[in-house]
Amino acid sequence: MLSSTADHLFWMARSMERAENTARMLDVTYRMSLLKHSMDVFNEWCAMLSISGLHEEYEARYPEVIPANVMHFMTLDEKNPGSIFSSINKARENARAVRGAITSEMWEALNHTWLDMRERQARGISEDGISDFFEWVKERSHLSRGITYGTLLQDEAFHFLRLGTFLERADNTARILDVKYHVLLPSLTDVGGAVDYYQWSALLRSVSSFEAYRKTYRDVITPMRVAELLVLRADMPRSLAACMQEVDRLVRQITGPRSGELSRRCGLLQAELRFGTVDGIFDKGLHEYLNEFLARIYELGDLINTTYFWSTDE
Amino acid sequence: MKFIYDEMRDADGGVRASYKSFANWLESTLPEVIARKRREADLAFHRVGITFAVYGADNSGAERLIPFDIVPRIIAAHEWRQIEAGLRQRAKALNAFLHDVYHDQNIIKAGRIPAQQILGNAQYRKEMLGVDVPGNIYAHIAGIDLVRAGEGEYYVLEDNLRTPSGVSYMLEDRKMMMRLFPELFSRQAIAPVEHYPDLLLDNLRSVAPDNESYPNVVVMTPGQFNSAYFEHAFLAQQMGVELVEGHDLFVQDDTVFMRTTHGPRRVHVIYRRIDDDFLDPLAFRKDSALGVPGLFAAYRAGRVTLANAVGTGIADDKAMYIHVPEMIRFYCDEEPILSNVPTHDLSKSQELQHVLEHLSELVVKEVHGSGGYGMLVGPAASKEEIRLFREKIIAEPARYIAQPTLALSTCPTFVESGIAPRHIDLRPFVLSGKDITMVPGGLTRVALKEGSLVVNSSQGGGTKDTWVLEN
Repeated sequence: MLSSTADHLFWMARSMERAENTARMLDVTYRMSLLKHSMDVFNEWCAMLSISGLHEEYEARYPEVIPANVMHFMTLDEKNPGSIFSSINKARENARAVRGAITSEMWEALNHTWLDMRERQARGISEDGISDFFEWVKERSHLSRGITYGTLLQDEAFHFLRLGTFLERADNTARILDVKYHVLLPSLTDVGGAVDYYQWSALLRSVSSFEAYRKTYRDVITPMRVAELLVLRADMPRSLAACMQEVDRLVRQITGPRSGELSRRCGLLQAELRFGTVDGIFDKGLHEYLNEFLARIYELGDLINTTYFWSTDE
Repeated sequence: MKFIYDEMRDADGGVRASYKSFANWLESTLPEVIARKRREADLAFHRVGITFAVYGADNSGAERLIPFDIVPRIIAAHEWRQIEAGLRQRAKALNAFLHDVYHDQNIIKAGRIPAQQILGNAQYRKEMLGVDVPGNIYAHIAGIDLVRAGEGEYYVLEDNLRTPSGVSYMLEDRKMMMRLFPELFSRQAIAPVEHYPDLLLDNLRSVAPDNESYPNVVVMTPGQFNSAYFEHAFLAQQMGVELVEGHDLFVQDDTVFMRTTHGPRRVHVIYRRIDDDFLDPLAFRKDSALGVPGLFAAYRAGRVTLANAVGTGIADDKAMYIHVPEMIRFYCDEEPILSNVPTHDLSKSQELQHVLEHLSELVVKEVHGSGGYGMLVGPAASKEEIRLFREKIIAEPARYIAQPTLALSTCPTFVESGIAPRHIDLRPFVLSGKDITMVPGGLTRVALKEGSLVVNSSQGGGTKDTWVLEN
């Protein structure tokens, strides 16, 4: 496959996945802020910005951190490259560049999403339309993925799309899990009161894992179990272990003449998740663990770039 | 008022045989149903993203839909047979001419076309002199624009031998009609067009260098911002080949490669939708960022096929158009089956005088213009426009040709006030390689403005599905 095509496919899937996860992340922040008393509201929205790595970007544009502004900045703001609007735009632009490599159903669905997105942007999102908007983003993302599965030949194009999806998801789940750290600074092993419970459950819901938690543990929600579920359990579709298992498998499938180092690093990270323990994670500190994980995901992205997308002229 | 031929109705308002079945259907279908289907078509085209970037004053590169009209243009079987024979003959002569012009130049030696008109033409590429191309084919894909003036009376308006576009609309229009009105296709036998991409791929493979048995064919586009990008991507997808931009390719040892996730892979045939000037910064325009350095050298070395060939512009230039009937006589030893529109050569002073006196009746075109830009439609122009154009012609007569305003045929078309006749033309796509092939019909363009003769999509034209009846 053309390197440039692979590049576009990878970013098409990554951008759509990012749009979905931004919606999930905003959703959990929003839910948490509803539960809290006014003085701490500030904290959640700041956390949202810093885990997205967009704090500076925001401060350059808005005078202060207030929920309505952050919400707008992260959803409809076309000047923010990390907003849902921008992510969907990027997904569509990448798809447009490789229309020949995807099925017409995939293109039509994504183009439709983009046209809808523009309409929604023009209309704005009202307070009571917030949840509906997040639901819409998730649905469009599910649809894109479903159509990809249902219509695309499982060749290299498919693999690069999946690689984009799972690398981004690994990154985003780690960030969502880290929200809790930013919001509640006290020791993570402390079992909090009702507010704490609602926060963990909001977090679980935002990654569609609340029911899975109940089913798996049939017990109260504790931070260690949440972390175990979202980090180590390979049967949880959004967990770090599940994502890395997929990334590792895909990288082995698209092995080229120069993919040795990439393959080695993916294998290593995947093995650590597979054989890791939740005690090990908490000994290190969940926040520290997640930070290190994010850095390694970033490196993998770089390596994918040099391995597949920058072909040299020999 | 000149008599205007309508495709559907004869002079007495009766329905022609080819339209009988369609007219019955139209009469028995409720207007609400048709209105709904038309909206459905609009939505579907938008969603599919079949758009066309328009070069306009605002330079926004806005994506616009080309309006699609649901009334088909129907061509009777016997008429198409005649047209097809004429197209084959013309494509053959044009390719023979191109080969001759870049080799022995017999047509000049025989005194049939003045040397100056060819050798002094800006479209003449002396870099191509003596270059052999596979099968001696230059115009692998030709879009030959036809208009009808009367019963059985078709004229060639112009030949497009560089990078003719529009075939994707032909295919999408058919798909749309079958989706909206499947019942129409069961009522009569309409020749299929959907296999065009297969014919195109076969054609491109048949001209691969080195008798390569499994040649790698690619479509080369200037990129997403080109007005016809949709079509480039569409054709690549339909043929199942890669769509490349200049930066995806590189040349080493006169061999062209594309950069892939598994390293370099050789390219044998490039269906390029990028102008000669931008192909290779080492050979042509140095500032071209769209091209591939070394591509022309690889081409000259016979290591890669470009379709269409470099230098085809010399044959579709409007000044050369005048000579195509002579080319047919010279190379095929036959009389032309399809006529040219009578054309005034303004480099001849006698004809120039005549044209200047009759500007209000004539259509004047720039020799190198395309897309309906830079032309004067005499009967529709104001006195001031005519005065300004006259000055331009006097300053540089050889830049222009003039033709009588043809009474282009009309076809019923949906407009705001209902169904009304609008002028149409036809662009069939002729493929030349090992054989000459084409799908029946082509792209019908329609001028949506009342009385307008300009069908170009950049000038507000629309398209229609084109049906060639099988019996």
